[in-house]
Amino acid sequence: MEKHEIKNFIAKRVARELSDGDLVNLGIGLPTLVGNFLPKDVHINLQSENGLIGLGPAPEENDIDPDITNAGGQPVTLLPGGMYFGSAISFGIIRGGHVDVTVLGSLQVDETGSLANWIIPGKMVPGMGGAMDLVTGAKKVIIAMTHTNRGKPKILKRCTLPLTALNQVNMIITEMGVIEVKDDGLHLLEYNPEYTIAEIVAATEATLIINNPKQMELE
Amino acid sequence: MKEIIKIEELKNHVFDGMSIMVGGFMAVGTPEALIDELVKINVKDLTIICNDAGFIDKGVGKLITNGQVKTLIASHIGLNPMSGKLMSEGKMEVQLVPQGTLAEQIRCGGAGLGGFLTPTGLGTIVEEGKQVISLEGKKFILEQALRADLALIDGYKVDKYGNTVYTKTSRNFNPVMATATNKVIVLARKMVDELNPDYVLTPHIFVDYIVEECI
Repeated sequence: MEKHEIKNFIAKRVARELSDGDLVNLGIGLPTLVGNFLPKDVHINLQSENGLIGLGPAPEENDIDPDITNAGGQPVTLLPGGMYFGSAISFGIIRGGHVDVTVLGSLQVDETGSLANWIIPGKMVPGMGGAMDLVTGAKKVIIAMTHTNRGKPKILKRCTLPLTALNQVNMIITEMGVIEVKDDGLHLLEYNPEYTIAEIVAATEATLIINNPKQMELE
Repeated sequence: MKEIIKIEELKNHVFDGMSIMVGGFMAVGTPEALIDELVKINVKDLTIICNDAGFIDKGVGKLITNGQVKTLIASHIGLNPMSGKLMSEGKMEVQLVPQGTLAEQIRCGGAGLGGFLTPTGLGTIVEEGKQVISLEGKKFILEQALRADLALIDGYKVDKYGNTVYTKTSRNFNPVMATATNKVIVLARKMVDELNPDYVLTPHIFVDYIVEECI
């Protein structure tokens, strides 16, 4: 699969996990693309942790309002029915279990559903922002990421980087497949037929439990 | 009636080594004119509490660039490379706090609470050095309340009493910070004769001074 196709492919598959009426928080980067691929009959409420529900598409350049941004600081719009709130309420919504699904990227995920995506000691220390609260509070945590980092596995037996949260991930969606995190480990539910099962296993450090996986379908 | 002060009078309310909460999320909802004045006054050794480090030339980032910040308490510093540089050189202490924990620490600080129990950060380095408490079989980290000497707030419409409303996503940390400091200065984008009492977001009792923004 071509590099530029991968992100859209992953986002498209994540979109199928969302149900009508869900309150969803999409992380910065790849997860933001998920909104472009929602099935026609699925209407979700997008939350942005800086203080809004009802996130709409990016505005035309002439319509940019510097007071309306998403959590990545980019200009956005508010859909009818949308509203604004402060940070304390925003994280009450997040921590309080009112967010149905959060989709975010990660540097590493492991067999226990722990993830690491906020710091590479000595190299990059951006901070956790709202990620720790989101993965702790959301009902379902989906990690949307490329399967490897230039061939180096990101799905590990145990994360080696400092954790964002312990045992919070429910699903991992990559260009190679769909993996569900269960108590007994990582189940490969679906695979992309552009790859063989052997290739997927080789690109994954963690043990995959493989029991008649389906082909990933996007249409 | 609330005292309306000129922006130059900000110097009467700041001192070296003080702690300041500054509203804003990536500088959206940061009272830039007050930050510019702080840079001019050049007050030093500040503890700044803000969602993030802003940008090099925007938001609280201007104070960091100008070397005025001794300690930064924030959830994210990734968009201001100067903050990472000063941190690694040991010239600025950075305390990274999960965003929801930061908001709740401030809320507690303003609400007379000593702290709160949160699952956020369990099993991570956020937990280090903190008490973990089990309640009904669930684990929580004990996080303490946060207060500061001064809050700088970005008000949208402010009436003469000091009642304040915010606009859109510029609200973020502003209303909660206005409750948690010894002194609160609101930068008013617009002074208005009256506000609908149903829609006031920061009651005037929290506000000490208003600075009218000159546009």
